[in-house]
Amino acid sequence: MASVTLRDVSKTYPGGFEAIKGISLEVGDGQFCVLVGPSGCGKSTLLRMVAGLETITGGDIDIGGRIVNQIEPAERDIAMVFQNYALYPHMSVYNNMAYGLRNRGMGEPEIDTRVQEAARILELGAMLERKPGQLSGGQRQRVAMGRAIVRQPKVFLFDEPLSNLDAKLRIAMRVEIRKLQRRLKTTSIYVTHDQLEAMTLGDILVVMNGGRVEQIGNPLEIYQKPATTFVASFIGAPPMNLLPLRSDEIKSQFAGVSRVTGDAGLLGIRPEDFVISSDGVAGGIALGLTVEAIERVGAETFIYGSRQHEGQGIAANPGELPPGEVIVRIPGAIAPAIGERIRAIAPREKLHLFSADGRKRIDL
Amino acid sequence: MVEHRRFGNLLPHLVLLAGVAIVAFPVYLAIIASTHDNTVIANGQMPLYPGTHAIETYWNTIVSGTGRTTRAPVGGMMLNSLIMALGIAAGKIAISIISAYAIVFFSFPFRMTAFWTIFITLMLPVEVRIFPTYKITSDLSMLDSYSGLILPLIASATATLLFRQFFMTVPKELVEASKIDGAGPIRFFWDTLLPLSVTNIAALFVILFIYGWNQYLWPLLITTRDDMQTIVIGIKKIIDVHDALTEWQVAMATAVLAMLPPVAVVVLMQRLFVKGLIETEK
Repeated sequence: MASVTLRDVSKTYPGGFEAIKGISLEVGDGQFCVLVGPSGCGKSTLLRMVAGLETITGGDIDIGGRIVNQIEPAERDIAMVFQNYALYPHMSVYNNMAYGLRNRGMGEPEIDTRVQEAARILELGAMLERKPGQLSGGQRQRVAMGRAIVRQPKVFLFDEPLSNLDAKLRIAMRVEIRKLQRRLKTTSIYVTHDQLEAMTLGDILVVMNGGRVEQIGNPLEIYQKPATTFVASFIGAPPMNLLPLRSDEIKSQFAGVSRVTGDAGLLGIRPEDFVISSDGVAGGIALGLTVEAIERVGAETFIYGSRQHEGQGIAANPGELPPGEVIVRIPGAIAPAIGERIRAIAPREKLHLFSADGRKRIDL
Repeated sequence: MVEHRRFGNLLPHLVLLAGVAIVAFPVYLAIIASTHDNTVIANGQMPLYPGTHAIETYWNTIVSGTGRTTRAPVGGMMLNSLIMALGIAAGKIAISIISAYAIVFFSFPFRMTAFWTIFITLMLPVEVRIFPTYKITSDLSMLDSYSGLILPLIASATATLLFRQFFMTVPKELVEASKIDGAGPIRFFWDTLLPLSVTNIAALFVILFIYGWNQYLWPLLITTRDDMQTIVIGIKKIIDVHDALTEWQVAMATAVLAMLPPVAVVVLMQRLFVKGLIETEK
């Protein structure tokens, strides 16, 4: 039981590359913290710094009230689950779990108790004598978690543990990890690039980009009030629609909604906040769209529409929409035909406003 | 590739059989020759059927020696060869696995220099450095000794290279998991790396044992006493007799005996050997 505190932690590689540019973060006792961001944002590096597998070039990492900057990984009282599981291929499942305990000089009866207990929790009882090569991906993942559990560490560290599993298993294991963490109440830090995993697992979500923290908060709060346009388009799928306010159509409508302050430049609307309707919008916003494409996924339908007067273009960044394109999400499978003109409206309380550079959220 | 062949697998089998015959015939001839009396072979009409002197010849060759030449019995030579071959194989594996471990898993100044220095010794086999090596061995008074036979031959760039390639395929997460599990460098080596290398070690052992067993030039140079002779040298000495009839039956028996240990090693370690060469499970 411990909290993890990062104070202005940074990492500069000998070549001068700054992987982590000063991050402060507090994970309370028993909390589940998820680090999420695109590849190369430094989230794995940060986790490995907490584990002690990467050196720290600035700031302090504090685990349970002890600064661990110079302490060996084995002495930090942490356990890590790796993406490729990193099980010892020549050892049985039992020995994989017992190895770390034996290295600490624990007695065999105590080791046996702990391994059996972990095997019971993870339903590995029948496989204790097998080698990792004889197990399926999901079972290996459980062994990797078992190896972490038996240590009874202060902190669990997960480095994209589910990304080697197929989609179905991933969802099942995601739920299991969450249940397990709730039950053991062990402070956990979890790295993923999957925003859905991040949303469903975390007590605290840390959205990272380019070695910096974009936003820290609980998942719903981040979803509802993204601090930057990066967070707005990264959390939530499909991403939030971001429209430049200088467009005459929006500006004229917006004048009635709110005072448009000097630095407000981007308007954000989540696809699910639109309704297709020809009704008037009191205090909201209405967009006229031509339907370009439709994706039916069963329970819901995504409409890709283009706004008139805006040139078609190509998205500047992956995951972002091309300028002039708007995604609308509607429930059910009934959708307008391609080429049809529709009117999408969004109420005032669902609008997000950002500064022109996207770095700042402006509350309406 | 699937082809329709009129004669099925006949032709490939004929080719294979011809190959086997070419390789096996001299061996067969050696075995046959070792069962005949010296005079039968010496008159130039080598029969293709076994003779009646097998037991006598092998007994003399292994245990007593024939007394007609100054040769020691082959039993002692085989022991010498065995000690040398085992020593070379074990020594090469021990040294190269440790140096490969250092090169792959530790970062220290001049790591790559160390690696390339080892690599360059590939170009310096015993034959090339024979004079300085002899001088050093002689200065350390290791002539006519097992250490003299073994030590100069146990540094191996090839084995280091092989282990390096293998170690580089070990996922780095395994190293990190070991670190978190509280295993230091030596623990990691013994508990994880060595068990993972078993099949590689076995494959290498087979190759190196045969390499050691077949050494000719170096033992010839540094052994002068009859009781330190290796069997490969022994064969040569049996054939090279002056003022007497070459005892071909003894020479052939020695040759057959010299073949046995390498064959035994290959047969016994075949499964591990093949596994070591093809296995990629990690």
